[in-house]
Amino acid sequence: MDRHISRKKQTPRITRKKGLQLLKNADLLELGSLADSMRKSLHRSKDVSFIVDRNINYTNVCINKCKFCAFYREEGDSDAYILTKRKLFQKIRETLALGGTQILMQGGLHSGLGLDYYIDLLRSIKKKFPVHVHGFSPPEITYIAETARLSIKETLLALREAGLDSIPGGGAEILSDRVREQVSPKKIRSGQWLRVMEEAHGIGMKTTATMMFGTVEGPEDIIEHLHALRGLQDRTGGFTAFIPWSFQPMNTELNKRSAVSGQRSATQKSKNHRIHPATAVEYLRVLALSRVYLDNVPNIQASWVTQGLKMAQVALRFGANDFGSTMIEENVVAAAGVKYCAAVTDIVSAIRGAGFRPVQRDMYYNIINNDL
Amino acid sequence: MSLKRIEKNVLAGKRLNPEDARALFESEDIFTIGRLANTVAERKNGNNAYFVQNHHINPTNICVNRCKFCAFSRSKGDEGAYELTIKQIINKLRKHVGARHAVPSHSQSTSFSEVHIVGGLHPDWGIDFYLDMLGSIKKNFPGLHIKAFTAVEIDYLSKMSGLSLRKTLTALQEAGLESMPGGGAEIFSGPVRNRICPEKISGRRWLTVMETAHRVGIKSNATMLYGHVEQYRHRIDHMAKLRDLQDRTGGFQAFIPLAFHPKNTTIEGARYTSGIDDLKTIAISRLFLDNFPHIKAYWIMLGEKIAQLALKFGADDLDGTIIEEKITHSAGALSGVAMTRKELVNLIQQAGKISVERDSFYRAIQ
Repeated sequence: MDRHISRKKQTPRITRKKGLQLLKNADLLELGSLADSMRKSLHRSKDVSFIVDRNINYTNVCINKCKFCAFYREEGDSDAYILTKRKLFQKIRETLALGGTQILMQGGLHSGLGLDYYIDLLRSIKKKFPVHVHGFSPPEITYIAETARLSIKETLLALREAGLDSIPGGGAEILSDRVREQVSPKKIRSGQWLRVMEEAHGIGMKTTATMMFGTVEGPEDIIEHLHALRGLQDRTGGFTAFIPWSFQPMNTELNKRSAVSGQRSATQKSKNHRIHPATAVEYLRVLALSRVYLDNVPNIQASWVTQGLKMAQVALRFGANDFGSTMIEENVVAAAGVKYCAAVTDIVSAIRGAGFRPVQRDMYYNIINNDL
Repeated sequence: MSLKRIEKNVLAGKRLNPEDARALFESEDIFTIGRLANTVAERKNGNNAYFVQNHHINPTNICVNRCKFCAFSRSKGDEGAYELTIKQIINKLRKHVGARHAVPSHSQSTSFSEVHIVGGLHPDWGIDFYLDMLGSIKKNFPGLHIKAFTAVEIDYLSKMSGLSLRKTLTALQEAGLESMPGGGAEIFSGPVRNRICPEKISGRRWLTVMETAHRVGIKSNATMLYGHVEQYRHRIDHMAKLRDLQDRTGGFQAFIPLAFHPKNTTIEGARYTSGIDDLKTIAISRLFLDNFPHIKAYWIMLGEKIAQLALKFGADDLDGTIIEEKITHSAGALSGVAMTRKELVNLIQQAGKISVERDSFYRAIQ
């Protein structure tokens, strides 16, 4: 089902300038009210969806070593790993047994793993399991393409042929190279992230888009990010959802380092070198602005993994219409010290408690279970 | 339902009636409710949001009441039951105050200005234990403000000692008690109380204790535990009774809505409240309790995130640094057990408010 939405009924599009002004100056409740109206006009039912899936990190070895990441290891570290097929299959079996329909496969950029590894992995999964594979964010796709000396498109086609269904929006961080140079200098630049997504959309693959804020960016960088996504979505319509979430500082280099320069979102005044995690107010401001700005992206996800269930409930009135994934397993955020645990029943009851009707969906936002 | 008429009344400074409160609870328009509550909060306290550097002491978890919503209490002889000696209490305080705390030094960020003491109804401890405890704290830390004993404990001490409420309170006051927390109010409605805490004093008795305390010059707070088995009308009835008493005494400083926490309690089917209900309850209390100077978003109960948002929904106080929270954490609190001064200030500033460190009477500490 294509949920590429038309904007005809909408009020005029928010300009960059207006977006920046809203982000910087609008009162939180004013911004929330705008976002809530926008959500209501895009989603007329009281349904709030979520997907039952499992986040499987096939390796934690990564050459990128981003400063906001607590998950990566170097090859040879005592706790570096590549998941064996046996363990992977076990995880998929458990996921399906729990009513899951999808696995989210992401991992580090491991110099020892080439295209053949991924093709074999995907084929063997698809041969055994009827599961949707949402996998490999643009930095991984780019790395696989480079090591295989193929174009992005050829790489995507090969992966799709082997069983890849859709691509997660990770690795976007902030699509502003000024910020990327500071927090993830080795990771692909903004333009490359967008190119991979455009190629994926071009061959008919759906993807999501994320944004990680709360590091060293300013309001202008957030607008730049949203503007780039909106522009690409106008051309392709390939993004199913946008997922903003805030930097979780524990165990990361960014948090320890004293030399984080550059301004931080409007009000950070702390003189010490620690980065305060984005507070609830900052999260909701960014979430609400995203809903208002991304008028062509159908779904906005609340991030209960980083915010907790109560905040995710509030997020449903600040622009979000989706609870994201049940995250049967989440290694990356847990490594950064955040552990909000929730079972499907908790998510269902949280959605209901916020005044909405919980529905289970697939990656394309088709409802697959509304009897919860 | 449109909130136009209510909005008009609020802006005109007119008191809301219970039907108005009901309409607000049933409304989904959290943005109008929040904005109105914020307007009222600003009228009362400007753009200030307060916090206090405080320390919690729970002298014992042994309690003869054993309320169903409580995961903290134990019976004597139970595993995990504890009693602190006065010496242990003094040591706990000294550990965090630092050795030089003859008079609290507010300039030191590690210092605190208030100790908050509540505990179980111990079957053997009489009023003498509490008088000694207050006296020792005052002797060791003369500058420290003692906020202690819920109305439930006061009632119990009065019964144990055979003294009237008034005499009990003045005796404690002479020994060093300066203000009282607002706990034990739960929900005043008899039928609800019978379901969640049948052994606890009645709502009427709670109000009588507070009225007596206010009459002898002891200021207090008032709480409301919501989100268990009560309905909106019980919350409204609760707030109406507080508003009436406040009209007579003016002795309440802050109203503190407490979100129920379900873990390790014996209330069946109870769940965490929704974040939206938490914010609405804060806002509606700000609108309804027009004679309460302060609405406190107690971060231990709400979590840091919802507490911060509450500052945009009518709350003007986050409570404090706390150090060693036990009661809510026994019931699955998702918050930390303490917050630094810097974290509190950051939360307040990011909410667009002016952070003001206060003493126990809401006077700014420089």
